[in-house]
Amino acid sequence: MSKVAVFRREHFNAAHRLFNPAWDNARNDEVFGKCNNPNYHGHNYELEVKLVGEPDPETGYVFDLKQLSELVSEHIIEQFDHKNLNLDTQHFINLNPTAENIVVVIYEILRKKIDSRFDLKIRLYETERNFVEYPA
Amino acid sequence: MVYLTRIEHFNAAHKLYNKSWSKEQNETVFGKCANENWHGHNYELYVTIKGTPSSETGFVFDVKQLSVLINSIIIEKLDHRNLNMDVDFMKGKMCSTENLAIGVWNELEQNLPSGVFLHCVKLYETPRIYVEYFGENRGRQ
Repeated sequence: MSKVAVFRREHFNAAHRLFNPAWDNARNDEVFGKCNNPNYHGHNYELEVKLVGEPDPETGYVFDLKQLSELVSEHIIEQFDHKNLNLDTQHFINLNPTAENIVVVIYEILRKKIDSRFDLKIRLYETERNFVEYPA
Repeated sequence: MVYLTRIEHFNAAHKLYNKSWSKEQNETVFGKCANENWHGHNYELYVTIKGTPSSETGFVFDVKQLSVLINSIIIEKLDHRNLNMDVDFMKGKMCSTENLAIGVWNELEQNLPSGVFLHCVKLYETPRIYVEYFGENRGRQ
């Protein structure tokens, strides 16, 4: 049976700030620029979850996309939407919430929830023009 | 009359929170938008001006100049900022998209060169939510 990729797109709106607490303000400003604003800024994040597998002979589905949507909503959107990524989630207490780090966190959460017979890839858009993908 | 639009964007944090209400009332009215630690958006700003094309240039207004103007007056103040805390023209106001569009209109109108007339400020908070403001004189012109 041929493998097929299926995708589900979700979104969440969140505040964040990029800074390294081990650095002084000048160094943070130099590296992270306006993303280091101590009062935070924010984004409409768009999340694409890609699963690859063989269509089930009985249903024709690789994965029920309604179920995938519920999985992503329950485990990702619930804890990230309308939140401050630095302050309101436990994932970024010691981790800078760059798009790179967020996408790895999302992958690790979902990988545990999705059967290993499916390949999983996450793409995260921070803006329409800036996006990341994991695994690379 | 020709309508000319320039699109700009900015990314910002905000919250919807009325300080004269209790936390419970804020959560009832504004739901998750009342999160005390803020949330954020990629805002898309459409500024439409109107006028008659110049016989010499063919332009209503040089759109590059319009972009520079919007960036210096608006985007510099809003991009990568906290709209509730960092923006002078939103101080003391509820930070809804509606009020932000009115604020942007008022700032722009004061700074446009004579002969350039603002028609509409359209502001997207998300790809699915936007507001339009046409100023208070519309219909009386």
